[in-house]
Amino acid sequence: MTEPLSFELSRGSLPAPRLPEAGVRTNAQLPPELRRGRPPALPRLSEPEILRHYSRMASLNYSISEQFYPLGSCTMKYNPVANEEAARLEGFAALHPYQDEDTIQGALELMWRLEQALCEIVGVNRITLQPAAGAHGEWTALRMIQAYHRSRGEERTEVIVPDSAHGTNPASAALSGFNVVEVRSGADGRVDVADLEAKLSTRVAALMLTNPNTLGLFEGQILEVAEMVHATGAKLYYDGANLNALMGICRPGDMGFDAVHLNLHKTFTTPHGGGGPGAGPVGVKADLVPFLPRPTVERENGRFRLDHERPRSIGRVRSFYGNFGMLVRAYTYILAMGGDGLTQASRDAVLAANYVRESLDGLLEMPHRGPCMHEFVASARNLGANGVRALDVAKGLLERGFYAPTVYFPLIVPEAVMIEPTETESKATLDAFIGAVGEIVELAATNPEELHAEPRSLPVGRLDEVSAARNPVLRWSPPSQPW
Amino acid sequence: MVERYYTETHEWVTVDDSLATIGITDYAQAQLGDVVFLELPRVGKLLEAGDSFGVVESVKAASDLYSPVAGTVAEVNEVLNASPELVNRDPYGEGWLIKVNLNGDLGQGLLDEAGYQSLTEGHSS
Amino acid sequence: MPYLVHAADDRQQMLDAVGVRSVDDLLVDIPASIRTRLLDMPDGLSEQETMTRVRELAGRNQVFEDRLCFRGGGVYRRFIPAAVSAVTSKPEFYTAYTPYQPEASQGTLQAIFEFQTLIAELTGMDVANASLYDGATALAEAAVMAVVQTGREKLVVAGYMHPEYVEVLRCYGEGRGFEVQLGLDRVGEDTAAVLFQQPNFLGLFEDAPAITQLAHRHGALSVASVDPISLGLIAPPGDYGADIAVGEGQQLGLPPSFGGPHVGFIACRRDLIRRLPGRLVGSAVDARGRRGFVLTLTAREQHIRRAKATSNICTNHSLCALAASVYLTYMGPEGLRHIADVSYQRAHALAERLTAIPGIELAFPDRHFLNEFPVRMFHVEQSLANLRDAGILGGLPVGQWYPELRGVVVFCCTEVNDPEAIATVVEVLSRTAVETPTAEVGG
Repeated sequence: MTEPLSFELSRGSLPAPRLPEAGVRTNAQLPPELRRGRPPALPRLSEPEILRHYSRMASLNYSISEQFYPLGSCTMKYNPVANEEAARLEGFAALHPYQDEDTIQGALELMWRLEQALCEIVGVNRITLQPAAGAHGEWTALRMIQAYHRSRGEERTEVIVPDSAHGTNPASAALSGFNVVEVRSGADGRVDVADLEAKLSTRVAALMLTNPNTLGLFEGQILEVAEMVHATGAKLYYDGANLNALMGICRPGDMGFDAVHLNLHKTFTTPHGGGGPGAGPVGVKADLVPFLPRPTVERENGRFRLDHERPRSIGRVRSFYGNFGMLVRAYTYILAMGGDGLTQASRDAVLAANYVRESLDGLLEMPHRGPCMHEFVASARNLGANGVRALDVAKGLLERGFYAPTVYFPLIVPEAVMIEPTETESKATLDAFIGAVGEIVELAATNPEELHAEPRSLPVGRLDEVSAARNPVLRWSPPSQPW
Repeated sequence: MVERYYTETHEWVTVDDSLATIGITDYAQAQLGDVVFLELPRVGKLLEAGDSFGVVESVKAASDLYSPVAGTVAEVNEVLNASPELVNRDPYGEGWLIKVNLNGDLGQGLLDEAGYQSLTEGHSS
Repeated sequence: MPYLVHAADDRQQMLDAVGVRSVDDLLVDIPASIRTRLLDMPDGLSEQETMTRVRELAGRNQVFEDRLCFRGGGVYRRFIPAAVSAVTSKPEFYTAYTPYQPEASQGTLQAIFEFQTLIAELTGMDVANASLYDGATALAEAAVMAVVQTGREKLVVAGYMHPEYVEVLRCYGEGRGFEVQLGLDRVGEDTAAVLFQQPNFLGLFEDAPAITQLAHRHGALSVASVDPISLGLIAPPGDYGADIAVGEGQQLGLPPSFGGPHVGFIACRRDLIRRLPGRLVGSAVDARGRRGFVLTLTAREQHIRRAKATSNICTNHSLCALAASVYLTYMGPEGLRHIADVSYQRAHALAERLTAIPGIELAFPDRHFLNEFPVRMFHVEQSLANLRDAGILGGLPVGQWYPELRGVVVFCCTEVNDPEAIATVVEVLSRTAVETPTAEVGG
């Protein structure tokens, strides 16, 4: 059961919605050469049809409100409904960013307090709340590091990235004009220190790392790595995708990281929205503070203000101050959880991951010795005898009412299946998930054809992505103007 | 049979009277999966051996294409715009990518049939 | 503790299954010297206490009624139909993940496909992407596209572009290695693109066809940053041959929210499709011939191209794009045109009545505008303070960005500013003109 497009349901004879008239007199006339010729072919639906159209579309979606999402490195945890209430408060939602400062003291205070809390959680001096997303924050951090080196008269052209890193790492580096150098990971995904040593030089601006790494394993040698990097004058950047393992347990700032990026839509529960909006604040140590995007929020004599006078700032990375609506949500969550709650959250996340890992050991291959932190990577290679792959495991889980885990990432594990349960899934849900994997593994041996045909009971089956990419159809077109 | 030479980055080249024909190998197309798009250079572009001359895209991957030879691009296989799957189906024949007017000899760094075989045997997973 | 789901016995069972006594046994890889002892922050609160604190912060901001807000500058008050939040507050939409598994994400994917179509239609371009963060970063992404497409490294900004957008452009340029120049006289054979805003930051119309032709004569791309509501009434970029259209979609169903989250859009000509950053949704078919939607052309994106991607962007503002789609579907072409037209009329009525007040004149009397306009006026601070006392958020003073425009204030009218509100503004400013001691214009 699928849903037609709004354009396909459109009826030209429907009237426009009733809207107020101008009710004023003016002599002005829009010059004809500025006027639009052909009106845009927007659809025409009545309000009842619109609501029904979107309700039907909503029913075609999985979401964390309904299903368990064991997605590694995504931290799909519960999105508290109190956060939504907070963000909708008129005192936040109706604010214009260009209001006078004395009329926005509450908003500025919220940003300031959020900054304070995040600084404490990750162990840095200051934080910028401007970046709109994780990749955006990553790029912002690299720009600050670049500005830092340039301010010292050094043009460092390289950034080192582990071969197990997420694709945004090298892309952000390239967008900042750096050459990307890959450092090898060992079989356990941990940085090969000897290879790192060989690749460090005064050409290197930064090493980008996540800890725990993309295999969910803690880089125990991080202090040694930090020292090596700093000895060459380079900076150490932290990708905050895996921060959910560490709150109240270990702080990236204490590990020696100079720039720490965060994902409010992962660790701090702001909802994913089907792909966004999120927020990607970046924390920095003292050396990098002068280069923070402007404005920053400062507190003086109990008043809050925006500081635009930051001569060495890298400037702006987006308009206005940040995804403020998401900042409200994250702050509300942090207030509710407190230091004790956040610490317990990370402890539960680590425990849940180890529990699932232990329970799946034997069903899927575990390429690395435990324990893991908040996530782990299994391999579906053991199912390969019957032509069953990680992709089939993913589709089999969809069929059984679970969202699929991350598959085929990181690239260093063949047929990778990356699982992160988070702390907000009950043991009963975890056990049901484990049972479903068991079923799939059994089917792989007894009836692999069934698996290849899954999912069957979802609104659509596996889609022909090859044809979609060869002949992309990226929009509906009016019959008079086919694509 | 025209001799085919190979690069370590899985391109092949044959030469007929200083006009070189270049494509990607069967191994490469199998690794990439269904090819969906190719970004190829304009006729007249000057290439050195080892230069990137374009990109081959599949659903799951995008790989740079590296020229085995030095020369000027003489012809581009326009048929691939509508039918990129030819690269998968017939990588050494109809799936050719570009033809290059050679500047000088083929050069030293290329592998012969036997050399490429052992390269791919080492890679097979 | 809120949102945590395990009781002591659940934890014990899991610990037993793993074979350890405590979670600390799982943290052995962490060097003792950097183990956090205690976070220096307060303990958590009940929901009641949390919401009290949050409401208190919200209460310390002044909220101006929609109808009394006359300040634009990139963020605007518009009527938002109830249908928008009815749809975006559905948990199946707002808590959904990125649609990487298409079979489980057809709702989100179809919504984005509709958004792409709506934006393409609105801008008169061939194709649009799944949305970007905001208008400023959309402009920067278009600049990068132009640099990649032409191989040139200079961008020229023509006319009054939103100053924060120019700042963001420069920030991207300093990283990626392109230069930003101001003024059409800088266009040359080394220009990758000419970028302009329509209507511009002061609300005035630029000569978009002329700018586009000039760009093309020099082999540069034409990039238009447009107001989406205006496109219900005025010629879209596709009509005058622009190569890329970008803009900010906040006016399409999103509250001001102190500047974010909003939604950037980008649309382009067909032959630039593979240069487009960010996500793209395409239609596809399953084995039973059913139509579905899927993320496509993903090989362009960062997770595959890695260092060679045009951009690093990993997300779109999906939920905001959904709000925009609902809004545009609610309005339809006539509704959108009507909104733009009402805004035009109200703004011109306000302008006519303001300029009748001694000491207030149009800053650019020969230029046409849509629904924002710049006036040169006396006693800017006193005027805005008096308006504020009447609960009105007056126009935006632009002297802070343009020294030549000290004393100039840009007023904005939309369909929410009813005739009575307009009358009140005029009344307050008339009174100010009379009451305040005479001083030079532009004070």
